[in-house]
Amino acid sequence: MPEPARSLVLKVNGVPLTVAPGTTVAAAIIMTGAPARSSVTGEPRGPLCGMGICFECRATIDGTPHQRSCQILCAEGMEVRTS
Amino acid sequence: MSEHFDILVVGAGPAGIAAAVSAAAAGKRVGLVDDNPAPGGQIWRSGAHQPAAARRWLAKLDEAPVLRLQGFRVFDSPQQGTLRAESNSDCRDLCYEQLILATGARERFLPFPGWTLPNVMGAGGLDAMVRGGLPIAGKRVVIAGTGPLLLAVAAHLALRGAKVVAVGEQAPLRRFIPFAASLLGEPAKLLQGLSYGMATRGARFYTHCWPIAANGREKLESVTLQRNGKHWDVGCDYLACGYHLVPNLELPALLGCRIEKGFVAADNLQRTSVAGIFCAGEPTGIGGVDLALLEGQIAGLAAAGRTAEAEKLARHRRRRLGFVRALRDASALDQRLRELASDATLVCRCEDVPLGALREHANWRDAKLHTRCGMGPCQGRICGAAAEFLFGWSAASVQSSIRPPIFPAMVSSLGAQRIGICQNAGLTPAGTSTRSQKETL
Repeated sequence: MPEPARSLVLKVNGVPLTVAPGTTVAAAIIMTGAPARSSVTGEPRGPLCGMGICFECRATIDGTPHQRSCQILCAEGMEVRTS
Repeated sequence: MSEHFDILVVGAGPAGIAAAVSAAAAGKRVGLVDDNPAPGGQIWRSGAHQPAAARRWLAKLDEAPVLRLQGFRVFDSPQQGTLRAESNSDCRDLCYEQLILATGARERFLPFPGWTLPNVMGAGGLDAMVRGGLPIAGKRVVIAGTGPLLLAVAAHLALRGAKVVAVGEQAPLRRFIPFAASLLGEPAKLLQGLSYGMATRGARFYTHCWPIAANGREKLESVTLQRNGKHWDVGCDYLACGYHLVPNLELPALLGCRIEKGFVAADNLQRTSVAGIFCAGEPTGIGGVDLALLEGQIAGLAAAGRTAEAEKLARHRRRRLGFVRALRDASALDQRLRELASDATLVCRCEDVPLGALREHANWRDAKLHTRCGMGPCQGRICGAAAEFLFGWSAASVQSSIRPPIFPAMVSSLGAQRIGICQNAGLTPAGTSTRSQKETL
């Protein structure tokens, strides 16, 4: 009998990360310690608003860029790339 | 792919949930569209420690025959009676007879040196991230800005094991006192305040205090707080800083709803200036959860034609408006918050536009055209409120530049011949849906 999922594994910038179900991709990115993105003048940035408005959390998820990662839940096998 | 509703509700926070449940109970075909993965909006965001009222209303929503689209963001109205919404992979036209806008509010951010460092977030922002799985146990948090949200966030984070090292409220104690007195007219809120007090025991709470700098190289390492001419550094892992709330007016403005004094004008039955469009909750005035629930119910009943029932509830609303006024007065911003940013401090984070570049311009439109401030992905949602406070560029001038798409959208969603005309096919018998009751599209 398969175990109910208590955690899932995704990759952020190639590095595997284990998170609880219901974790947003933005939270996963912060957990790696890396900034979420670089600004147009090269500053490190992280999520600000947590509600899909500021776009500081945008990341490429499974190949699709500019995803608001604070509004997307982590999924098993997901590939996340930050800029 | 198009959907047709009697009543479409935009926003699944407390107001939207109450509106959808009330309209569905009146037998109407109701749709509810929201951009988060789950309903609840900001204040009832899913995660542990949801209040009892949230669980009750979410259960009612689960039982109601409401067609729910979570993860969809409305970005345009291609023709009257139609909204276009996009998810990460799909685009829909949503057609309606009546529309209820419950788009809520967002935090006001004021720039200060270091505010763009990673791990500086809004107060609601950090709270949302924690509810979204960000580990906070054992982390040092400074909470600052203004408004009752600060205490709510402090209490929640403390319950999750965070070390809340300081809470800085910019309002002076003398302004806090009338606000506290107004709570006596709202016993539920007073009890809420006391429970916050208990949960945040151990945290230092300062009034007349605000951050003048966030410090760190690659991310936040400490915050410099200021109070009565003295300043001191507090080491921390996160700064949760927000200066009260501003309404999400973009969709109401796009649809032509009259905006008065920075809020959507709505009458006692939540009707806006546009026939068939209602507005409930924070966009009509920042008033918190209880008022949002009441206004949502009024709008849902009124849109469903249950005018007498709506009017009965509307009488309760008048009493609660005192809280809206008290909150607004208590959250008035100290003028010195205008002086925190230096010329080098960024105001527009999307396009990296510093304060010095904005000073040269007479109004928001000129600043936008010459510096690109407000032209980035957030479309002025973060920098617009700051620019209004810093330069006095009125809310009207900020809202007058609304054009679709009101959120960035995929090129494929913007195509002219997309998606299809809504058929006025009418309802199936007795207003029931041919789909199952709780279908999530």
